[in-house]
Amino acid sequence: MFTGFSLPFVAVIAEGGSSLIEVNPGVIIWTVATFIILLLILKKFAWKPILFALEQRETAIKESLEKAQTAKEEAQKILDQNQVNLAKAEEESKQIINQSRVYAEKLKDQIIQDSKSEAKKMIEEAAAEIERKKDAAFDELKNQVAEIAVLAAEKIIREKLDGETQKKIVDKFIGEITKN
Amino acid sequence: MILDKITNLPAAVDTAKKAAESSSDPSWIMHHVLDANSISFGPLGTLNLPHFQLFGIDFSITRDIFIIWVVSAILILLSILAARGYKKSLIPKGLSNLFEIIIEFVRDEIVKPSIGKGYTAYMPYMLTLFFFVLFCNLFGLIPAPNLIVPTGNIAVTAALAGISFIAIQYSGIKSYGFIKYFKNLVPAGMPGWIVVVIIPLELLGLFTKPFALCVRLFANMIAGHIVIFSLVGLIFIMHTVYVAPVSVGFTLFIELLEILVALIQAYIFTMLTALFIGMAKHMEH
Repeated sequence: MFTGFSLPFVAVIAEGGSSLIEVNPGVIIWTVATFIILLLILKKFAWKPILFALEQRETAIKESLEKAQTAKEEAQKILDQNQVNLAKAEEESKQIINQSRVYAEKLKDQIIQDSKSEAKKMIEEAAAEIERKKDAAFDELKNQVAEIAVLAAEKIIREKLDGETQKKIVDKFIGEITKN
Repeated sequence: MILDKITNLPAAVDTAKKAAESSSDPSWIMHHVLDANSISFGPLGTLNLPHFQLFGIDFSITRDIFIIWVVSAILILLSILAARGYKKSLIPKGLSNLFEIIIEFVRDEIVKPSIGKGYTAYMPYMLTLFFFVLFCNLFGLIPAPNLIVPTGNIAVTAALAGISFIAIQYSGIKSYGFIKYFKNLVPAGMPGWIVVVIIPLELLGLFTKPFALCVRLFANMIAGHIVIFSLVGLIFIMHTVYVAPVSVGFTLFIELLEILVALIQAYIFTMLTALFIGMAKHMEH
């Protein structure tokens, strides 16, 4: 039962009929024609639109990726610039503070200096004024003393003017005044 | 002759039964596998296809031609539906996605690396080739009586290989010019006597490539079918139903293997065609 099973190809070829490896030219021509028509139809209605869409999408993805990259770079640049600006501003504010500190110090010194000299001047003036007042008072005192002396002398002279004694008294008196 | 007797039997299984009963003649397998002029739809009847001749060549619409047309119609319908998915948005769904995976695979894994620069001109051809072979191979997996794989017909694979051959020569002639292309087949700087030997070898080489393509696809596709059919036939040959679980189990296994083979053969046919086109395009001697 199984003996004939082993060589099916040979059996059919031997029969003289069609065989598996017999190439039918009609089928070849039909297949080629079918394939070419299929190729033309699919090319026009399927492959071209699909490939175009794929390409379009790939371009869109590529572009958006590139855009994102550019945006990222720009943002980084801005961030860097901001940082630089911030650092600069900080530096500047530090400088301003330092400057104002120095200025304030200077101002303080000057104010102290000014007030010191003012005070000194005022003291000096006061001293001078006192001196002047003292001199004036002394002068007045001197005048008054002289007047008193004159009055006293007059009185004495009027009461008892007796030569030498009176003269001595007057001299002594005058000398005392000049001494002062 | 058995062939004549059983031509119009409705189902392949009946063919096997009849053949097994009548004798130990194995031609019932061949009958199933060979091209025919009718398509059997089992109990629904048989469709007889037209015969005609032109210039002495048999131009009859055979069963395989009919199946090719059916496959082409399905392919056209599905791919146009897939293409329509891109009209609404560039991010399609469903069928378009399935097509997109295959198209991108063909483009990025087969055509681009094999052909290189200027590959876009070959894309429609390569895509049609891949899808056509794939659909034909997969169509053969439909377990219907008398519907066999069209790529299991050597005339069909010969036609595809012939188109590949023309595409290969076209790419070579296009990039080098007719005379220079054939001159390039012989490496420069060879002694005269070697050239004499090499010329026929190289010319033969031009034809062995598509011949190998043709036979590889044909043999791979027909082999699986013969094995499946033989496994089923085993039940009738051995006249016992107890062999059926073994037959069905093995058939299922082969059928699953055939899915893999269908994909691999479509890939190999397209890949080798692309490779040969690329080789003809960039001959480096």
